[in-house]
Amino acid sequence: MARDMSDKEILKMELEQLQKEVKNTREPVSKTAKEICEWVEAQSAEDPLIKGVPEDKNPFKEKGGCIIT
Amino acid sequence: MASQEESSQPSDTLTTLKTESETLKTKLEEERAKLHDVELHQVAEKIEALGQFVIKTRRTLKGHGNKVLCMDWCKDKRRIVSSSQDGKVIVWDAFTTNKEHAVTMPCTWVMACAYAPSGCAVACGGLDNKCSVYPLSLDKNENLAAKKKSVAMHTNYLSACCFTNSDMQILTSSGDGTCALWDVESGQMLQSFHGHAADVLCLDLAPSETGNTFVSGGCDKKACVWDMRTGQCIQSFETHESDINSVRYYPSGDAFASGSDDATCRLYDLRADREVAIYSKESIIFGASSVDFSFSGRLLFGGYNDYTINVWDVLKGTRMSILFGHENRVSTLRVSPDGTAFCSGSWDNTLRIWA
Repeated sequence: MARDMSDKEILKMELEQLQKEVKNTREPVSKTAKEICEWVEAQSAEDPLIKGVPEDKNPFKEKGGCIIT
Repeated sequence: MASQEESSQPSDTLTTLKTESETLKTKLEEERAKLHDVELHQVAEKIEALGQFVIKTRRTLKGHGNKVLCMDWCKDKRRIVSSSQDGKVIVWDAFTTNKEHAVTMPCTWVMACAYAPSGCAVACGGLDNKCSVYPLSLDKNENLAAKKKSVAMHTNYLSACCFTNSDMQILTSSGDGTCALWDVESGQMLQSFHGHAADVLCLDLAPSETGNTFVSGGCDKKACVWDMRTGQCIQSFETHESDINSVRYYPSGDAFASGSDDATCRLYDLRADREVAIYSKESIIFGASSVDFSFSGRLLFGGYNDYTINVWDVLKGTRMSILFGHENRVSTLRVSPDGTAFCSGSWDNTLRIWA
């Protein structure tokens, strides 16, 4: 547990972790950002908080509405 | 022998380790910077701006006698479990605002609670250092506390918990600096995750399609992504300037957001291996306690210690809206499973459903 480790042990742990992470493969932001944007745009049409839901369809909008369970 | 050498020059070893660490950190940042060829908001320039939209409080859930610390949605998109400083855990029907179950924990500050995927149980814990599972009975008169099952044991407070893809396993994070994966039936620890240098405050499981990873955030200002099978930390990010209170995966699983006491929320791209956006304003000076994405990932909702909820355009980096209503810190915030609403819990003892 971190709280029980000495400063030296914590530093060693961080060092080993850094040695591993430096070797990770990475992709350019221009590629990954573009993919994030594309994913969002594809999903946005279905996002209820963006496109809005008609009052009668959203159970939260009308209190005491008819709900089929 | 070895111990004699070390004790004669202990400070040198520490200094050497520190220098090596700093060198590696710089190298890691250089490698990451090489691929930082554009900003997210630049790529997002061509995207249509979002129009005005109205989100308001549609329900207020009153019943807790003290600060609400945590909440979670049931997969049925209508039930909610919430936990409070006074030790009470309540299950609500958010449509009707009725309380369906209530349990009193033997400890105060129940900082974590979670709904099981089946909807048949809830998990919770806090200052008792444990995570316990309560099966939910259909019989309202049944004493839930009698069926309680202690699953996780940490050596310090439980800060967050969440079921994996089934009712059978729970992931926990703790003030003892570790996270752990537990088998609910036997209470056995299946895997432990060491790497944080201080309290771990939050965690989130990757969407099931993306595989067995989860992200955690802590008082060491680090966010770590873990491989659940091996217990190894795959990537870590240290750009926040203070405690990370909340982490949440992007719906596609390729990124995650964080909220911190440094008053910013940030977006980290896992494939580019770097921070790609900061959501902040000079006027926002209080910490963000809790973050979650809308269904498409276009909006990021952040609950803050200044009692407000800020709504951010994730891609463009701008603030869309600021929501008022709570009368004390917003401590917890989750979007419903189908994205039709989100729920916020506060130190004002209430929960609000916004849609």
